[in-house]
Amino acid sequence: MSSILPIAFDGITYASWLFLISAGLTLIYGVMRILNVAHGSLYALGAYAACSLAGAWLGGGLPAAGSFAMLLLAAVLVGSLVGPVIERGLLQWMYGKDEVVLVLITYAVFLIMEDVIKLVWGVDSLLLPEPYALPGNLQLGGLPYPVYNVLLIALALATGLALAWALYRTRQGKLLLAVIHDREMSMAMGINVSRVYLATFAVGATLAALGGAFTAPTIAVTPGIGVEVIVLAFAVVVIGGLGSLGGAALGALLVGLVRSATVRYWPEAELFSIYAVMALVLIARPKGLFAAQEARKI
Amino acid sequence: MKAAIVAIASLAALTALALLAPQWLVFMAMLALAKGVVVLGLLVLMRTGLVSFGQGLYFGIGAYTAALLSHHLHVADAAVMLLAGAAAAGLMAALLGLLLAGYRDIFFAMLSLAFSMILYGVLVKSAALGSTDGFNLHARTFFGVALAPGVERRVFLIAGAVCAVVVALLAHRLLGGHWGRLSTGVRDNELRVAYLGASPYRVVYVNYLIAGAMAGLGGALAALAVGHVDPEMTYWTTSGEFVFIAILGGTQSILAPFVAASIFEALRTIASQYAPNVWQMSLGLAMLAIIMFLPAGLWTLAERRRRSA
Repeated sequence: MSSILPIAFDGITYASWLFLISAGLTLIYGVMRILNVAHGSLYALGAYAACSLAGAWLGGGLPAAGSFAMLLLAAVLVGSLVGPVIERGLLQWMYGKDEVVLVLITYAVFLIMEDVIKLVWGVDSLLLPEPYALPGNLQLGGLPYPVYNVLLIALALATGLALAWALYRTRQGKLLLAVIHDREMSMAMGINVSRVYLATFAVGATLAALGGAFTAPTIAVTPGIGVEVIVLAFAVVVIGGLGSLGGAALGALLVGLVRSATVRYWPEAELFSIYAVMALVLIARPKGLFAAQEARKI
Repeated sequence: MKAAIVAIASLAALTALALLAPQWLVFMAMLALAKGVVVLGLLVLMRTGLVSFGQGLYFGIGAYTAALLSHHLHVADAAVMLLAGAAAAGLMAALLGLLLAGYRDIFFAMLSLAFSMILYGVLVKSAALGSTDGFNLHARTFFGVALAPGVERRVFLIAGAVCAVVVALLAHRLLGGHWGRLSTGVRDNELRVAYLGASPYRVVYVNYLIAGAMAGLGGALAALAVGHVDPEMTYWTTSGEFVFIAILGGTQSILAPFVAASIFEALRTIASQYAPNVWQMSLGLAMLAIIMFLPAGLWTLAERRRRSA
């Protein structure tokens, strides 16, 4: 029985991380119908930018607590600079193409960005251990837990609530929901759909980079970190139902808990368990847990 | 008639290549053939309008089956390995196809991706199969005839060429006839195909089965060429590579996958030699250029020339 608490805590920590990277993916899909493979490289870019910014901050002898602000700043910078470049420079010419072709287009962007990252930051791994070590540990059932993980959970919760509030409680969010519901009709009603797409992609990119920036202190940042993340995020988003924010949250929680239980009792099956959950959910509910029904067209 | 001439000519050309070319070129040609066979299977599937992002699953099954035969059962015959690789992958496709044939669009792509990642997850963690390192295999005979060291790959290339020509001819017959039109019908309007009395589910299922078996054959060929298997063969980037080659060549011709795979392998060899750090970038740029300017793949170029001539 004593193992339930650590499993739950680990699972929720992992779920928070998953939610941070999946929320942007599902948002972009919901609005733009693009399953964005480049999300993985935006995540990696966030991690690298965080290493550079926070590293410079700490290297300058400034108070260590400020490095958290640098992580946030890195995410916002990546999202608001690189996101619009991809959307305006490339994706805006591609709307209306088949969904699978759009996957390939973003796959191409992913490949390009992987090499750009290598050219800018080199191939050596970067380390940023300070923000992780700074908050110290707390005791949980006799085991030490990093407080950083608690911060991560809080960040995911705050992000989820902020997104839900922005979507359902603000004017801009309601315009967005209208575009999701019917793109042509919203255009006819005078919504600037092109601007909505740009904003959505920038926000989605920021979320990906946010996930990367706050992961950077816990790992060695090396080329290729985005490759694994993208399929994980796919799994979460597909489990929840493409385009559903609540679905992404539930999918992340499900995957997180299953993974931490598997790691505890049957560590060899870690990766297996995640995709097995995805396959099982899709078998039971072919469009994910919270997918919108669509009309059959003849 | 035309197909037979092309088949004989390619077979002759590949045999000449196998006998005369330097080892590195033989190796490259084998990999290109292996991938060409996988992509041809993908092409059959794409006729129904479905793209699998999980062909790495069958590629890996084919390769691991061949390798396991050699490593654990001490079967060292290349022909047995090739057949077993295709059969094992076909069997798995027959099983998963029952489920997958009910899915369409992005959900089909994602579920097939999930299955390939499940195999990846299993392979990475199974120490008996060498975990992430994989293991080696050796094929010493071909149809019972012992192979001298050094000529193995040349023989395998000829065997691969025969396999490729046979499956290409079969695919040509299949897609050129009634079945091919039915497949296109499923892609264009599934419901009407059902109204006309055909079963779209069955069409998708059979095409998926064919694609799986061909990916298995390709995997076994690749395992023979490299002499080594590892879990990377089932990773999503491998599956992505297959889709990329399919888009590169276009879906118009049976030959396109082989031409595209050869170009791909050649490019990769050159790029990894001279520009290892921008290889992926050039790949991505090429893919964008093709999607934008040649939506039907490189084959459009050949078609355009024919039309203007």
